[in-house]
Amino acid sequence: MKDIIFNVFILLTIIPCFWVALSSNIVHAAFSLLITLFGIAGLYVLLGADFIGVIQVIVYIGGILVLIIFGVMMTQRGKLLPLSIQLPGKLFGAVLTGVILAALLLSATRTLWPVAAVLGEPQLTSAAIGDLLLGKYLIPFEIASVLLLAALIGAVLIARRSVRGE
Amino acid sequence: MQYSLPSFLIVSSLLFCLGMYTVLTRRNAIGILMGIELVLNGAGLNFVAFSRFLEPSQTTNLLSGQIFTLFIIAVAAAEVAVALAIVLSLYSRSKSIDVEDFKQLQG
Repeated sequence: MKDIIFNVFILLTIIPCFWVALSSNIVHAAFSLLITLFGIAGLYVLLGADFIGVIQVIVYIGGILVLIIFGVMMTQRGKLLPLSIQLPGKLFGAVLTGVILAALLLSATRTLWPVAAVLGEPQLTSAAIGDLLLGKYLIPFEIASVLLLAALIGAVLIARRSVRGE
Repeated sequence: MQYSLPSFLIVSSLLFCLGMYTVLTRRNAIGILMGIELVLNGAGLNFVAFSRFLEPSQTTNLLSGQIFTLFIIAVAAAEVAVALAIVLSLYSRSKSIDVEDFKQLQG
C-alpha cells in the first residue's frame, strides 16, 4: 500500500515536470509546476517530514507559484514569442543535461550509502525543528529573516521604479 | 519503485536535470525562473531523503537535513520575489521578457 502511494506521488512529481521543461505554452508550464510542487509535498510527508511538507504547500504553492502566475499574466500582452531556443542550442542543452543525468543516476544507484538498517517510525517533527531553529541554528535563522526582509524591500523598490517609468 | 533511498535520489536527479534543461533552453525569463524552482526542489528533496534514511550518529542530529530544506525554501522565496521584480522592470522598459532581447546585459 505504501509503495503504491509512493509511486503515485513520484508520477505526480515527474510527469508534469516534463511539461514544465517542454511545453510551448507558459501558462501550461506554470500549472504543471503546481502539480509537481504538490507531488513533492507528498513525498516530504512520506519521508516523515510533516512540517516541511506543510511549509512546501504554504510557501511554494501558496506564495511562489501565485507570484509566478502573476508574472505570467502581467507579461503576456503583445505578441506571443517562441518559448524556447532553436535547435542547435536545444541539442547542446539536451546533451549536457543527459550527461549530467547519467552521472547522477550512476552515483545514486552505485554508491553504498550508510543506510540505517531499521527505519525508525516517523515522529512529529515541528517541536524538534523549533528547538533546533532557536538553538543550534539561531544565527542562520536570523540571517535568513534579514535576507527575506532585504529581498522584499529590494523587490518593492525595483518594481516601483519600473511602474513610475524612470 | 521501492520505498528506499536510491528511488528518492533518482527522483531528485530527474527534477534537477529537467530544471537544468529548462534553464538552458527557455527564452522566456519566467520559464527560466520555473527551471530554477525545479532545481531547488530537487536539492531539498535530497536533503530530506538523506535525513530520513541515513544511519544516525552520535554527534549530528538527522533533523539538520530538514532545517537545510527550510532554509532552501526561504532563499527560494526571496529569489523569486527579486527576480519577478526585475522581470517586471524589464518588461515595462522594453515590452518583452525574451532574454535574447537583453544582449546588452552581457557587457
